[in-house]
Amino acid sequence: MRDVSIIGIGQIEVGEHWDVSLRDLGARALLAALADAGIDRPDALYVGNMLSGTLGSQEQLATLIADWSGLRGIEALKVEAACASGAAALRVGVMAVAGGIHEIVAVLGVEKMTDLDGEEATAALMTAADAEYEGIHGTSFISLNALLMRRYMEEMGVPQEAFAGFPINAHANAVNNPNAMFRQPITRDTYSRAPMIADPINLFDSAPICDGAAAVILCPTERAREFSSRPVRIAASAVATDSVALHDRRDPLFLSAVQASALKAYRQAGIGPEEIDLFELHDAFSIIAALSLEACGFAPRGEGTRLAADGEIGPRGRLPICTMGGLKARGHPVGATGIYQVVEATLQLRGLAGANQVPGARWAMTQNIGGVGGTAITHILEGQG
Amino acid sequence: MRLAPHWRVRAQRLQLRGEVCQCCGERLFPPRDVCPACHQPADKPFAFCGEGTVYSFSTVYEAPKGYERFAPYTIALVRLKEGPLVTAQLTDIDPADVRIGLPVEMVTRVLREEGEDGMVIYGYKFRPLLEREVAGTEARE
Repeated sequence: MRDVSIIGIGQIEVGEHWDVSLRDLGARALLAALADAGIDRPDALYVGNMLSGTLGSQEQLATLIADWSGLRGIEALKVEAACASGAAALRVGVMAVAGGIHEIVAVLGVEKMTDLDGEEATAALMTAADAEYEGIHGTSFISLNALLMRRYMEEMGVPQEAFAGFPINAHANAVNNPNAMFRQPITRDTYSRAPMIADPINLFDSAPICDGAAAVILCPTERAREFSSRPVRIAASAVATDSVALHDRRDPLFLSAVQASALKAYRQAGIGPEEIDLFELHDAFSIIAALSLEACGFAPRGEGTRLAADGEIGPRGRLPICTMGGLKARGHPVGATGIYQVVEATLQLRGLAGANQVPGARWAMTQNIGGVGGTAITHILEGQG
Repeated sequence: MRLAPHWRVRAQRLQLRGEVCQCCGERLFPPRDVCPACHQPADKPFAFCGEGTVYSFSTVYEAPKGYERFAPYTIALVRLKEGPLVTAQLTDIDPADVRIGLPVEMVTRVLREEGEDGMVIYGYKFRPLLEREVAGTEARE
């Protein structure tokens, strides 16, 4: 198997792009990444996207975006794994280059969620859950996460205020990210006064509905210096799955797919959690941030919120997370999120993260989660000095 | 109008029909062809008694389309007596009175309405276990 590196990145500002279509969002991020790598025509394009069919009545999306980017004719496929679609597309790209199938591969994550009203976007997100046994009961995706958060608070004896550290950190970091959606800091007071959207989840515990696109270009590590002076090596790429429905798990408060994908990734990279310099985790909801830290070995069970309370998750803390705003404040255009995480981690490892730069960062972990932990995809990236 | 998807799960929706794995004894709801615990074929029907306790809950105020008339309603994970968790709405209870551990029982109610000319879909919800039955349970224990 060949070692794979990232030689180019591109991203569009996350937000409500009423004036830009799905195809143009995708093409712009893709062309930016190709320009960054100095590549005209990749061998293949893999597009991570969850909702183009549901919200945009558009499939064959990768073919469409290839054409709209001046790449008509190349291999182009869409990859779907709900909210983990972006990282899933990267996984396919890594397999293609590592397996010697292709030399230069482009991976794009793109999502357009604001063309329909919020109610329709909310209903579309519920397609990540079990339609016959969760959706039919009038469950929303937020309420599934609320079920987890309430049980966690009761079983672990954790009060709601303990989760405030996650959105506070995310918003503080987004202030310095020109591509973030919410560039305003929030305080503990803002958090405690926020309206409930699905008790006990309040407005600041939940990532926003938005549009976005981000892309990376891959090639074999042995050729990476031909294209980039600051390539970033993909040291691990690992997918694991759990049941789609929460009720099918023996212990819903333990995200077993998250743990399994992280353990596989640590093994592939030959490092442990203590060596990770920053972690772009999947903070779609504050409860998922806490459960991910626990499942990945950064905190004992029931103590995930303590890292946030002790200030260890800031850019200069022991374990910086969501260093450019995370899903909460950079925004969560679902199928694009996994690639934003990798683009941001690449900026950190190139030393180009500006005011949020994690000093001396060498190892970055990104983790993209589909549904409520049904699919977990972990990548570990290594900077090359 | 989608008839078949609702028709084919009628035993699950109306009778809480699941399966018991003949290999490891795991009780499964909903039924499936392969036991998730021991990975052997599962095919023996099992009717759950319909009683359980609330494992977790969350109240929905802004209901998805087709569920508006029930709002606000409480979604719960119910731990059935025989073991599995089930996702369902709670009914016949004020959302403010729901707590983790509350004993509940299955009832058949309207799950969803699809407009004047559409279908009315029935299925299981859970209501607080009637007091006489709680007393009976305690007496047996």
